[in-house]
Amino acid sequence: MENTILAAVNIVKYFYDPVKVKVLNGVNFSIHRGDFVSIVGKSGCGKSSLLYVLSTMDTDYEGDVLIDGISMQQKKEPYLAKIRNEKIGFVFQFHYLLNEFTVLKNVMLPGLKLHKYSEKEVEARAYDKLKTLGIADLALKNAARLSGGEKQRVAIARALINDPDIIMGDEPTGNLDKKNSELVFDIFKQLSHELNQTMLIVTHDPDFAAKTNRIIRMEDGKIVNEEKNLVG
Amino acid sequence: MNLKLIINIAQSLLVARWRQTLVAAVGVTFGITMFIALLSFMSGLNDLLDGLVVNRTPHIRLYNDIRPRRHQPVTLWPAYQNTYPMISSLKSGNIRQEIYNSGPIIQALQQNKAVLGVAPTITAQVFFNDGTVDINGVINGIDVKAETKLFHFDDYIVAGKATDLNTVPNSIILGIALAQKLVANVGDIVQITTSTGAIFQLKVVGFFQSGLQDFDKAQSYASINTTQKILGKSSLYITDIRVKLYDINQAPALAKSFARIYGVDAEDIQTANSQFETGSFVRSLISYAVGITLLIVAGFGIYNILNMMIYEKMDTIAILKATGFAGRDVKAVFLVIAIAIGLFGGITGLISGFGLSVVINHIPFHTAALPTVKTYPINYNPLFYFIGISFSLITTYLAGWLPARKASKIDPVIIIRGK
Ligand SMILES: Nc1ncnc2c1ncn2[C@@H]1O[C@H](COP(=O)(O)OP(=O)(O)O)[C@@H](O)[C@H]1O
Ligand SMILES: [Mg+2]
Repeated sequence: MENTILAAVNIVKYFYDPVKVKVLNGVNFSIHRGDFVSIVGKSGCGKSSLLYVLSTMDTDYEGDVLIDGISMQQKKEPYLAKIRNEKIGFVFQFHYLLNEFTVLKNVMLPGLKLHKYSEKEVEARAYDKLKTLGIADLALKNAARLSGGEKQRVAIARALINDPDIIMGDEPTGNLDKKNSELVFDIFKQLSHELNQTMLIVTHDPDFAAKTNRIIRMEDGKIVNEEKNLVG
Repeated sequence: MNLKLIINIAQSLLVARWRQTLVAAVGVTFGITMFIALLSFMSGLNDLLDGLVVNRTPHIRLYNDIRPRRHQPVTLWPAYQNTYPMISSLKSGNIRQEIYNSGPIIQALQQNKAVLGVAPTITAQVFFNDGTVDINGVINGIDVKAETKLFHFDDYIVAGKATDLNTVPNSIILGIALAQKLVANVGDIVQITTSTGAIFQLKVVGFFQSGLQDFDKAQSYASINTTQKILGKSSLYITDIRVKLYDINQAPALAKSFARIYGVDAEDIQTANSQFETGSFVRSLISYAVGITLLIVAGFGIYNILNMMIYEKMDTIAILKATGFAGRDVKAVFLVIAIAIGLFGGITGLISGFGLSVVINHIPFHTAALPTVKTYPINYNPLFYFIGISFSLITTYLAGWLPARKASKIDPVIIIRGK
């Protein structure tokens, strides 16, 4: 379909340490532009492993990943880095920010790397994203001095800086308290509604998943069930 | 690759770890400082020791050597044209030591573009009469002006004035050790006997000290005129023409051509003093070896600190990679860090190396052998500074290369999962 932005084609992945284990056992699905999808499943069922394969960071798998129709199999490292920079925004569980930089600079770095806009423009865009997320006043603070919820919002702003085709998140609320989890979820929902941003979020929080458009359920490295959700 | 961004990231990492960075840079600074100071000092000493000889040695000396005649009568005899004569008890012939046409030769040499200056000399073997004792000595008849200009004659005069040789008739400057043997002071009269038995009285107008004791024990100087008188020769009598060139390296070639053109023997400085090169070379070699060793040690310091930094910055590296920086960008970041340390450490090293050289150059250093030297010698050759900074950049680049490569190979998945 024209509208498919991300497709997993029969993905199989093994871990060899300490013994050979098949963590992904033929995963097939595709995501359309504007989809807000969650992946749920028990801890250890392979959700993170799948997400790292889809994000192009993990290249040790069988099958194929198509991003915007282009196969990621057999591509060189600099090419994959460029894809991540341009097309994918990533939000991690442990809000990894670069502590050497200010909040603003953290958000700007992927934009500077892309080099599509001038430094001034990237800065203006970064401010814009921070404003959208309601944290513009933190822009000049050092990234190390923020609270967990604030950090995660900065990470989302960073993921948005290059207007990515898709945002991927690995339990982005997993390390936050109830209040902050809700805040972050509201942001995702806002992005989905207002910007029609495509998102693929791994979570084991059933409340979170229940509010997304589509839920992919995994068990033992396989998709066992998919539900469309018309709420949202 | 966006170099500005790379440098910007490198700078932030450096600033965040400025203490470690400083330690690494100080290692380089120390290495370069010692390298510069050591080479400048060694080279200064080399110049000084070489100067002892080279300053006073002509680049080319023209003279007539005493040797058997090349053409013996038997080789000229038609009957023996195609034979190899064996002559036993061959004696050196009565070759005159005087250089024929010395005047025109000197003029021609002075007009030669490669020649800095020409100093004609004569030598006279004499006995200095000191009561009942006769002391063997040599009087060198010199052109004081040329000698001062070309061979720094003035520098070695420790009492009296060199120019007095021209103004005071029948005057002499004695080697300091010779003067001590004769118990002669400036202003005294000494008596000499020539090899032909003639006796002269000469007025002492000064002492010189060359730094070579044996030399100072036997040598003395007088004007060419005075020496010609002592030898009973005409005012055209010259036995040696000593030539200094603009470029010492041309000496061997020019010596050959002068010998051919003027029909005299010519000896170049390289042939006469080949051993000095060796001493200088060994001293330079030692300085370079020590300097480079210091830099290599500094390089290991940088290697360690970069490795540590990479270990600490795993998260940063993983995030950079996850957000789209390629391995080569990460590698460039760490190479820029290494080179920045090298550049900063290197430049401060050059400055403090220069400072240390200046300090050494002001430390008093008196030695009887070197009357003109008051402090330790330093050669401020810009080449040392150029080599120093190049080496510091090369060492830091090499020291940074392995850690940078390691950083570029870090797998972000392992780091991001690992928490
Ligand atoms: N680097 C690794 N080496 C070996 N086994 C691993 C590694 N990482 C994860 N696993 C295993 O693979 C399985 C799937 O892990 P993961 O994808 O993290 O699951 P989830 O994210 O759903 O909790 C788990 O059993 C886990 O122990
Ligand atoms: Mg997981």
